[in-house]
Amino acid sequence: MMNVLGVGARAAPKKGENFELRADLNSEYRDRRKDAIKRVIANMTVGKDVSGLFPDVLKNMQTEDLEQKKLVYLYLMNYAKTQPELVILAVNTFVKDSDDSNPLVRALAIRTMGCLRAEKIIDYLSDPLAKALKDENPYVRKTGALCVAKLYDIKPELAIDNGFVSQLHELVADSNPMVVANAVTALSDIHISAIAQAAEGTAPDSRATFIISTTVLNKLLIALNECSEWGRVAILNCLARYKAQDDRESEHICERVMPQFQHANGSVVLTAVRVIMVHMRNVQREDLITQLVRKMAPPLVTLISAEPEVQWVALRNINLLLQKRPDILQNEMRVFFCKYNDPPYIKVEKLDIMIRLAGEKNVDTLLSELKEYASEVDVDFVRKSVKAIGQCAIKVDSSAERCVNVLLDLISTRVSYVVQEAVVVMKDIFRKYPDNYEAVIPTLCANLEELDEPEAKASLIWIIGEYADKIENADELLAIFVETFMDEAYQVQLQTLTAVVKLFLKKPDNAQGLVQRVLETATKDCESPDVRDRAYIYWRLLSTDPGAAKAVVLAHRPPISLPRTTVPAGVLEELLGEIGSLASVYHKPAETFVGRGRIGADALKRSTELDDETSVREKAFKTVAQGQKSENLLDFDEPEANGEGVRSSIMGGGLSSTSSGPAGIGAKAPISVLTSSNPLDDLVSIFGSSSLAVPTHSPSIPSPLAPFSVTPTAPKPQPPAQKDLLGIF
Amino acid sequence: MTKVFVREIAGICPPAFFIFNQKGEVLISRLYRTDLRRSIADVFRIQVVSNNDVRSPIVTLGSTSFFHVRVNNVYVLAVTKSNVNAALVFEFCYRFTSIAKSYFGKLDEEAVKNNFVLIYELIDEILDFGYPQNSEIDALKMYITTEGVKSELAVREDSSKITSQATGNVSWRRSDVKYRKNEAFVDVVESVNLMMSAKGTILRADVDGQILMRAYLSGEPECKFGLNDKIVLEKSERGSAGDNAVELDDCQFHQCVRLTKFDTDRTISFIPPDGEFELMRYRSTTNINLPLRVQPVVTEHGRSRVEYTIAVRTTFNTKLSATDVVLRIPTPLNTTTVDVKCATGKGKYVPEENVIVWKIPRLQGGSECTLTAMAELTATTNRQPWARPPIDVDFQVLMFTASGLLVRFLKVFEKSNYNSVKWVRYLTKAAGSYQIRVGFRYFPFCILPLDRFTLNGSMPLWQSYTVACLGFNLQFLLNGFRSYLVRRRFEVTLLHR
Repeated sequence: MMNVLGVGARAAPKKGENFELRADLNSEYRDRRKDAIKRVIANMTVGKDVSGLFPDVLKNMQTEDLEQKKLVYLYLMNYAKTQPELVILAVNTFVKDSDDSNPLVRALAIRTMGCLRAEKIIDYLSDPLAKALKDENPYVRKTGALCVAKLYDIKPELAIDNGFVSQLHELVADSNPMVVANAVTALSDIHISAIAQAAEGTAPDSRATFIISTTVLNKLLIALNECSEWGRVAILNCLARYKAQDDRESEHICERVMPQFQHANGSVVLTAVRVIMVHMRNVQREDLITQLVRKMAPPLVTLISAEPEVQWVALRNINLLLQKRPDILQNEMRVFFCKYNDPPYIKVEKLDIMIRLAGEKNVDTLLSELKEYASEVDVDFVRKSVKAIGQCAIKVDSSAERCVNVLLDLISTRVSYVVQEAVVVMKDIFRKYPDNYEAVIPTLCANLEELDEPEAKASLIWIIGEYADKIENADELLAIFVETFMDEAYQVQLQTLTAVVKLFLKKPDNAQGLVQRVLETATKDCESPDVRDRAYIYWRLLSTDPGAAKAVVLAHRPPISLPRTTVPAGVLEELLGEIGSLASVYHKPAETFVGRGRIGADALKRSTELDDETSVREKAFKTVAQGQKSENLLDFDEPEANGEGVRSSIMGGGLSSTSSGPAGIGAKAPISVLTSSNPLDDLVSIFGSSSLAVPTHSPSIPSPLAPFSVTPTAPKPQPPAQKDLLGIF
Repeated sequence: MTKVFVREIAGICPPAFFIFNQKGEVLISRLYRTDLRRSIADVFRIQVVSNNDVRSPIVTLGSTSFFHVRVNNVYVLAVTKSNVNAALVFEFCYRFTSIAKSYFGKLDEEAVKNNFVLIYELIDEILDFGYPQNSEIDALKMYITTEGVKSELAVREDSSKITSQATGNVSWRRSDVKYRKNEAFVDVVESVNLMMSAKGTILRADVDGQILMRAYLSGEPECKFGLNDKIVLEKSERGSAGDNAVELDDCQFHQCVRLTKFDTDRTISFIPPDGEFELMRYRSTTNINLPLRVQPVVTEHGRSRVEYTIAVRTTFNTKLSATDVVLRIPTPLNTTTVDVKCATGKGKYVPEENVIVWKIPRLQGGSECTLTAMAELTATTNRQPWARPPIDVDFQVLMFTASGLLVRFLKVFEKSNYNSVKWVRYLTKAAGSYQIRVGFRYFPFCILPLDRFTLNGSMPLWQSYTVACLGFNLQFLLNGFRSYLVRRRFEVTLLHR
């Protein structure tokens, strides 16, 4: 009968492997049949199509042998979707099994039925599942609990209408901690799906959502200490989601969760940290906060000796935690020293954390470590180490001199990429300590010929321009770059332009010809609108009012400093609420890498989040902008002039979603300024023939500072760019 | 009041689980949701297996994230499209690895192919709908067995008993354990991490300790465990902690230990699983006794010769001895011949790895020995970059703990009030983590602009790296990274009650 159904329908092969398998599957010997099933599964795993054997495999389902049963089930799970009409034949056995006296068999039947994902069989699932949820055996109950989540995944209305979801709520009060854990897991899973499904604008079905009440909270806290490690993670996940009623409750949760720091499983530790970070926001008692922070440190350090992958997740999270609480691992710098045989991704992370921990006390050891790393072979790591030395100098004022000495040592190795990176870093040090290290400049300039990377070149040119009055042959040096102006990258062109103008303003006699040449090339031949536009601005400035040009180009620049965070404050808070998750590893909100799938961010939410983020961003910019006086606002070309906007977006590796945004605005700003004040062709006609010595006034430009009359828009992009530049560190 | 972000909570499950071989062929695949197809395996093969510049253990392509762990010649892979708990996924991958190891010895392609039925059975038991379930090896072995595994528990158990263990409060222990002789063995195993600069200053010295227990105790024994932990001693003896009290920076316990109890009064109390398990892990950073001191003197004679004088001194009691001492001393890449002289042990130059390997089978406490070597270098026009690896020392010292930790007591209480015998032994070892840097004056770079050479592959470290550079391939064999405890017969002390 079965043969007629299954095999007769399709042309059965007369020979070949499947033919042999079929013969064996129908063999009268038990061993042979079992062996054949194993071979079928093996074929299935490597991707061969064995769906034709469906009826033959199915015949072997009814057996006392648990292992054989499992094998047949495995086969069923794989092909149920493609052969829905045949799966019906298996229903009987499933239903029978779900009444078996052996709890393992009962659980197995329920588990497999849920995994079949065939609509037809789902209708037969209700009765066995209802029984399973009330089974006397906890093993069956916990399997049933997850099965509800599976059912919801396929047919949500069925799971809700048959009361399975509400039964799950009852299971949260179960006497067995494992059942509680799985009920919580299933409810959370359903909760997430319900929210994701409601994306299209409707509110999520209230029957499917999992709101944690105070009673549930207490049940969870009790089960937390008794269930398995994975169960603990599920429960901790829910605890992090819970909104505490008052301070007392938050304190209570923190105290109850704290012992989990001692768990051997790293994911339990990190999820416990998440719960503490979330609920610590409401804790008022200072002593409790200190205690929590103190107890959090040792388990985090212990994770650094875990398996490399777990270690990496821990390091990324520690980096995040340090942004919120820089004091957490104050005295633990040494554990982050890179081992020779650490994987590259670990070394880079450790480097980042060491900089966060750098202070007066440990800067010496840190520097000698960094110098050591700068002589390794992995170019990427070496560059980051050199960069770290610069960050060290900027972070710890008293160490600046030592840092510079280390950098000079490194430059003397004349290893190309070390030198280039060191030059870039020196530029940052000059920005922080403008007048201290001029003696270094000759050494830097000596390496001019070896620089071939745009960033390094741009940095050196910036230094030359900045100290043009102190470098005797600055004009010669800059002439080299003007010579090759058209071959250079845009950021180098921008820098050359600015540096030459600076030189001209400082030493007008030497640079008259040079500035003429560079402005002409930049306005006539250059393709980049940024370069061209800047050249126009300079040209006009110089031609109309050199005094104003001086005020603009040579304006005082605020020194840079290392920001405490790499992500905006709002995002940071949010990520801290997701410690241990993928989002916290990437330092990015989940929507940026999770598609609009199951957990995808819904349109409705996205819009509110955007509002959130922009307001946060604005706030961050305001803080940065504070203390910067109006003269700095005029200096709007400086930040991106260093090509830092570009650099930071590269540096961020796309990890910081906000970094590219402001940089883009910053670059666009000058264009809008010009076009709004006067048409481009106008400018060409004015400057095309004008000489610098004779200031010409065009009727379209009423005052020398005309371009800046519209600058009220300029300051806006400026702070983001500034912020961005700080973001590098 | 800080703003609370209402946001989706992180999902915690990996909805697909795979095992791949080195060629990127699927050995095992198990998918739990419809949002992932099997074709995702091809993506992994192209993007990770055949790409040798993967610099992170998580790769996200579009909205799909691949978590991979490499073990021997297979990849264990979890795939997800949601914001999963990354720590959990990796912990689970490693748990799976250790379960696999305990079932069939080791996890590699051959073992996976031979045991795929068992693996499917295991995966179904420990991962349901992508959520990890009971993964206690002891419990699993009760009902998932193979012909291959001759477990003493393979006896047909009453299945309800199995399920009650798999879900019970004491899921790690059967209730009907009976032994004629009740014994418990405690192994304190410490790995010393040392990082010493070329000048001899200790950059980092700490101990990762493990307390392993083998409990052969009947019934439901309630155990109390005591160490010479400083905090405990200070508490009990009113601030008069002896000099030999040890300060533990952190400890982590097996899930059988009652964490709340430890949190309140620092007592370690538990009902142990039957057989072998890791009771606790700890970390100590203060007052570490380094069992071996290494003093390297490296003199460079121009560019053609390097002279080594390496002295090793043991600092522990003369009654003890270090065994299996292996020093790996790096030599420059352009070394042609090395003349090695040593009175103790055997020294040999291994050109493939660019190291001098000095093996000392046994080294008594309080003794010192020296190796001298002279490396001849060829003159090269373009010098290759050389990572200047540190001197790496592996060793084992029995009945010695670098942290000074001692087991003070192990008390067993059981209803039937039987007497039990407890044994304790100590082992301090280092494998791949005891490193002394060497101060080669000569800087390891070439003078020609050496622009971009990259380190290929970021696979976990216990495999070899190939550094492609200027057409040369240099192999760094970084072995010994995953240290494992050599189970050998060594002295056992009876723990005083």
